[in-house]
Amino acid sequence: MTERVVRVAGGQGFWGDSLDAPRQQVENGPIDYLMLDYLAEVTMSILQKQKERDPAMGYARDFIGAMDSVLDAVTERGVRVVANAGGVNPPACATAVQAVARKRGKSLRIGVVTGDDLLPRLDDLIAKGHSLAHMETGEPLQTVRDRVLSANAYIGSEPIVEALTRGAQVVITGRSTDTALTMAPIRFEYGWSATDYDRLAAGIVAGHIIECGAQCSGGNCLYDWRNIPDLANVGYPIADAYADGSFVITKHPGTGGRVSVATVSEQLVYEMGDPHAYITPDVIADFTTIHLEDAGPDRVRVYGIKGSAPTDKLKVSIAYRAGFKAVGTLVYSWPEALDKARAADGILRERLERLGLHFDEIVTEYVGVSATHGALAGEAPPDIPEVQLRVGVRSDDRAMVERFTREIAPLVLNGPPSVTGFAGGRPKVEEIVAYWPALVDKSVVQTTVEMVS
Amino acid sequence: MRVRLLDIAHARSGDKGDTANVGVIANKPEWYPLISRELTQQRVVKHFAGMLTGGVDRFEVPNLYALNFLLHGALGGGGTLSLKTDAQGKVYSTAMLRMVLDVPDDEARALGLPAA
Repeated sequence: MTERVVRVAGGQGFWGDSLDAPRQQVENGPIDYLMLDYLAEVTMSILQKQKERDPAMGYARDFIGAMDSVLDAVTERGVRVVANAGGVNPPACATAVQAVARKRGKSLRIGVVTGDDLLPRLDDLIAKGHSLAHMETGEPLQTVRDRVLSANAYIGSEPIVEALTRGAQVVITGRSTDTALTMAPIRFEYGWSATDYDRLAAGIVAGHIIECGAQCSGGNCLYDWRNIPDLANVGYPIADAYADGSFVITKHPGTGGRVSVATVSEQLVYEMGDPHAYITPDVIADFTTIHLEDAGPDRVRVYGIKGSAPTDKLKVSIAYRAGFKAVGTLVYSWPEALDKARAADGILRERLERLGLHFDEIVTEYVGVSATHGALAGEAPPDIPEVQLRVGVRSDDRAMVERFTREIAPLVLNGPPSVTGFAGGRPKVEEIVAYWPALVDKSVVQTTVEMVS
Repeated sequence: MRVRLLDIAHARSGDKGDTANVGVIANKPEWYPLISRELTQQRVVKHFAGMLTGGVDRFEVPNLYALNFLLHGALGGGGTLSLKTDAQGKVYSTAMLRMVLDVPDDEARALGLPAA
């Protein structure tokens, strides 16, 4: 008898990831679940803005194309999809998916998870004493209340398990944690209880490994990067989960990339905080208990994971308007490229000063010299072929930022010589939507699962 | 003997708000104790002098032969507020690997460390 295994495939690491990956995950080999993570910290606010313009929007639209590309696998082969593509409007997302299915003459049973959206309840929550203080600065949300665009609690595995139990072929959530999207189907298949902390933690770790797509299967991997084969055809990751909580990270045969202890280790430390306490709504996972073992070509066995009871709080992702910014760039060439770029920066700053423009922040970088590694990069070679001058400003006053954008191009004719690379034209003014992480009592967030078919 | 951290470890970095995390992983398990001994909290503070507005937290992850560092105030405000090229701290990893270690010759030979 072969041991039972549940295969969860990661097909999307963020909104904007490979459009083909979901289809490749269902076509290149057998899987049980397709997990698609669309939401980064500021994605919710972008979606909220879209929903304000059109009440039928507010979800990750890439998901509709992805569903179209995997529809046959779902309806004919029983692959089930779990995605946080619902954004700030999971019901509208479900409607759009239904429309695609109907057009293709298929019927779909979709589980829609709601209840994470706290925006309509924000004033009520604050009035009841939930300060939603910033997790890093401690400031109460009241300071930016009038600029808040979206507020969503990170929700865990429970509602996804409920949707699967009720027969959902596709589960669409809003601000579900990235890791719950993977853990929930494994938990559902093996019937793990809410207090089976070690196994729940194992599911969370599996989720952390595959939630960034190919970043665990050879993408963005520093170790031996030159020899990672065929990244053009990179295989997205699959977690083969067993009943005891252990799992194997792998990818479909014939795909490029690599799954090794090195590639998985790099992903495990990505965005790591305190390794002893990876806090999720379901469980606190201890990353210092993870064991990795080479289990053959493109196979890494993961086992031994310990977990403990979660806290009574949920993290809340809040987005608020935080002023405006613009970034201008120019390229200066040999000879004395860096000196010319520095002179241009001095001239630009003097002109901004004379115009009476004052910014909350102005940042100058010399790309090719020190932009990313600062002084650690050492002295630039005197004969450096070119240097990009990159100047960014930030202010609450849109007009000031707008005025700044008019001061870059003139430098081409009235500043230091040997300058090029301005073909992009005037820099664009961008509204800043900033992230405000907070905690809220679990008891105030009730999720609901609705089945639509 | 001078040994480049780049030659004995790999790394990945990411962000949480205005904090960058850098995970440093030994290329070989037997090199982890040396890396753990050399990469003290103070050493990393000194390495990133002038690049951080906050402090540094250090965590050991021996099961992965790794150390995790939290570099606070590394990202010019972080996320969308930041004006930096590396607003999300993606290449603090390689900035960390610029470190060069002084290792006693005997130990370096015994561990088979590549010289800088």
